[in-house]
Amino acid sequence: MNLGPHAIFIIASYVVVVVVVTALIGWIAADYAAQQRILRNLEQRGVTRRSQRAKGDAP
Amino acid sequence: MAVIDLANPTRFLTLVNRVLPWLIGATALVFAYGLYRVAGAPDDYQQGATVKIMYLHVPGAWLGMMGWGVMTVAALGTLVWRHPLADVAGKAAAPIGAGFTFICLATGMLWGRPMWGTYWVWDARLTSVLVLFLLYLGMLALYWTAEDPNRSARAAAILALVGAVNIPIIKFSVDWWNTLHQPASVVRMGGAAIDASILVPLLIMALAFTLLFFTLHFAAMRNEILRRRVRSMRMMQAREVPV
Repeated sequence: MNLGPHAIFIIASYVVVVVVVTALIGWIAADYAAQQRILRNLEQRGVTRRSQRAKGDAP
Repeated sequence: MAVIDLANPTRFLTLVNRVLPWLIGATALVFAYGLYRVAGAPDDYQQGATVKIMYLHVPGAWLGMMGWGVMTVAALGTLVWRHPLADVAGKAAAPIGAGFTFICLATGMLWGRPMWGTYWVWDARLTSVLVLFLLYLGMLALYWTAEDPNRSARAAAILALVGAVNIPIIKFSVDWWNTLHQPASVVRMGGAAIDASILVPLLIMALAFTLLFFTLHFAAMRNEILRRRVRSMRMMQAREVPV
């Protein structure tokens, strides 16, 4: 594929998109892992949500 | 599952966990096919190979605007219907919309330099898209500085509705004012003004980016629901600590 005399601008555009999309995916994945870790930690310490308590209290 | 059931965050999480792997797979497949079509697409008779930037720039612009559209609908959900997931959807869309708007601006500048001889001009289209990006940054600042999500929700909803005025300005700026930016060539009266050999890969790439947007949005919504769950559990824990 011949990108012509302006190849640097075309390649730079694709690099920008890869960087931005990778950053968004990485940030969302890291955030998910962090929230799950905190939730597990809280549950291990016996902290429960109100809705879970209500379920537990039900006869 | 009825649509109304999705108002329940736990049920929504179940749906997201089920749908997300399929969305990721579909996004990867459509991107692979789209890039294959882009590689085989001909050069433009005037712009040469730089037309390949269009396959990134145009979807970036569409999704930057769509992101604000999602936030506007979410704002109505927050203010009018007080839907429990509305603010979650709005907050999750903000960084993704900002990312796509940044892609639009950056690729536009990189396309403008070889075609116009300049990276930037203060014409109506470029300036209104820059305003959209600044609005996104304002929205992110609002969300990230507020400690209580209930308080930030109302302010963010109002900002989203005010900012929505900018979306038709972006769309019609090239018709209302003299701009260096070209007029609409895909979504316009009288049909697309682009040859099918370039239009089809563009539409496939737009579909790929749209799938990517919703994949990221669903994943970010899941994170936000979990974050609010963590917050409520910490508050429960704090209440139980004896004074």
